[in-house]
Amino acid sequence: MAAYTLKVRRFQPETGEGPYWEEFDVDLDPSLSVLDGLLQARDRDDGSLSVRCSCRAAICGSCGMKINGQSGLGCKTQIGEAQEKADKFSHASSGEEEALPTGDGPAPIVVEPMGNQPVIKDLITDMESTHWAKIRRVTPWLLPHGDPPEREYVVEPESMIDITQSMACIQCGACVSSCLSMEVDPDFIGPAALAKAYRFVGDPRDAETKERLHDLAFDPHGIYDCTHCFSCIDACPKGVAPMDQIMRLRRRAIEEGVEGDPNNGANHVHAFTKMIEKKGTNDEALLIQETYAPGIKGKLKPTKSAIKGLVNSLPTVLRAIKTGKARSLPKLIPGVHPKLPDGAQDEVKAIYAHAEDHREEFNIYISGEEDVVPEPDETVEEEA
Amino acid sequence: MKLAYWPGCVSRGFTTELHGSMAIVAEQLGIELVELDRANCCGAGIIAEHNQELADTLNARTFALAQQTGLAMMNICSTCQGAQSECQQRLDADSAYRAHINEVLSGQGLSYEKGKDGFTNKNFLWLLVEDYGLDRLADLVKRPLTGLRVGPFYGCYVVRPKDRLGYDEYPDRDLYLEQVIEVLGGEVVEYDGARKCCGFPVITMNRDTSLRQAGTHIGDALDAGADCLVTPCPLCHLNLDMQQPEAAKIVNRDLGLAVLHLPQLVALALGAEPKELGMKRHIASTKWVEERIAPVAAA
Repeated sequence: MAAYTLKVRRFQPETGEGPYWEEFDVDLDPSLSVLDGLLQARDRDDGSLSVRCSCRAAICGSCGMKINGQSGLGCKTQIGEAQEKADKFSHASSGEEEALPTGDGPAPIVVEPMGNQPVIKDLITDMESTHWAKIRRVTPWLLPHGDPPEREYVVEPESMIDITQSMACIQCGACVSSCLSMEVDPDFIGPAALAKAYRFVGDPRDAETKERLHDLAFDPHGIYDCTHCFSCIDACPKGVAPMDQIMRLRRRAIEEGVEGDPNNGANHVHAFTKMIEKKGTNDEALLIQETYAPGIKGKLKPTKSAIKGLVNSLPTVLRAIKTGKARSLPKLIPGVHPKLPDGAQDEVKAIYAHAEDHREEFNIYISGEEDVVPEPDETVEEEA
Repeated sequence: MKLAYWPGCVSRGFTTELHGSMAIVAEQLGIELVELDRANCCGAGIIAEHNQELADTLNARTFALAQQTGLAMMNICSTCQGAQSECQQRLDADSAYRAHINEVLSGQGLSYEKGKDGFTNKNFLWLLVEDYGLDRLADLVKRPLTGLRVGPFYGCYVVRPKDRLGYDEYPDRDLYLEQVIEVLGGEVVEYDGARKCCGFPVITMNRDTSLRQAGTHIGDALDAGADCLVTPCPLCHLNLDMQQPEAAKIVNRDLGLAVLHLPQLVALALGAEPKELGMKRHIASTKWVEERIAPVAAA
């Protein structure tokens, strides 16, 4: 048994007051969970402390919350580990707080409701508008064509393994809570719903793959609105790695030839990939031009949004010329940027040539990592 | 200390002041850098959106070039670190996949071997704390940054995902910037955005999302009393510094906060002058920082 202090962000709408912090002292084994700590506080100190929970075993996905700022499940976070994190960052939060312990005692474990979601009461959030509506947005059911087969659908095992990772989702909303895109753009479809979308895009029984991808790419708040911050990967208690699923959706969209999206997402991927084949390193002027107006030498086909993007980036470029940041030809004229030296560019081109018919997608979630072989030297030393 | 050095693209593109500052700070620290000038772009996660195997092969080539030198590899870009670590994790996970990738490289006399000579690829921040050592760094400080209030800005790619980026072995990698700022004599400013996203990856795709992120973090740092930010990521620098006037329009407030590259901050404390560190090239003026730091003590 050990003593912990849980510092909980509370909100009781019936009082008419705003949210406030309250500390609860609890006493439990370090291997028990933060949720266990909260339930003890509710039993012993305040029956009104509200938290959603059911299975207490990381299966039902009810107890999503933020612990020391990290989104996850209360039942899957050991309170001893949460204390270590709190101590690690207590230095980091020393500027901000009104209720830090005096002296050198352990820092409180900070517990908050999930982010990016309206709070109903204490740790309970309203997941309807920010989670479930977005899940429904991606048409989360199978859309096969034609009559169903007389018996069952026959599917290659590999195809189903491919989507097991996205199927592992328990709809807890921790990824939504952690999403840094949604923090500034609440309209972003978000990590949970997009991971769910991949579950159907990757399913060979579904016949509307391209339509789904087109829909998600052409929504300005779709797959090209993810800022690639990895927050959802660390938040997910089930290893779904939603951001990886979003990147797979982008990859599939490119493969299926979904082009011309309003975010210039496909253009950017093509421009970047081609640029490295030509130059080996980033030719910034070429990247900007090709992203907004691909094929300027042949047929110039910038979209409306591309022209807007190009115009928007002009003041930034002008300022960079003024300070000397971009005051050289290779930084201003697309294509002047040098290639890699001494035949190195040809080596890169050879890799590209090979990649034309090689697109293996190696997924550690499915294959696992090879066991680390113990170093023989260590064993010898032990015996000696 | 001698290292195989991958400067990345942006330090030789829109942030040449970073490349120059790294050369200066390496000399101050007594680190010899062998630049991998034949190596290619890490792909920044974008080439993997096109073809994951292509991205893995391109980065395996860079690792193989580094391994040819027999030296540990260093980068100066959070994004390079993240993109390269992602590919390295896949390459290291499976010997058959590694052999498959190496087949392509073998035609060029190259091969990436897992763990060869204890191969590591670390960005300058990790290397400074873990291999160079903060004690050694402290001994070299000639101009303590006394009174300079510095907000750390990490860049997502060196913070997440934890299980890929060596946090099991080095759990405090997300506190190193604070540790370095303190060793240099500066004051750490805590604010909400230190480990959040600068927004750069979507600057061409959703400008509003991108600049709202940058503008919010800069504003939070200003509200917390920061004199400047420091970042180990040149792509973060592009959004936080180069795009700062545009970000100010999006969040509808005055900004104006200097953003230093990590090597610039270290070099300043080790006695370099702002002029030689290319700070004039920054978009957000660094004048306030230059005024606040003391002249180098004669002693």
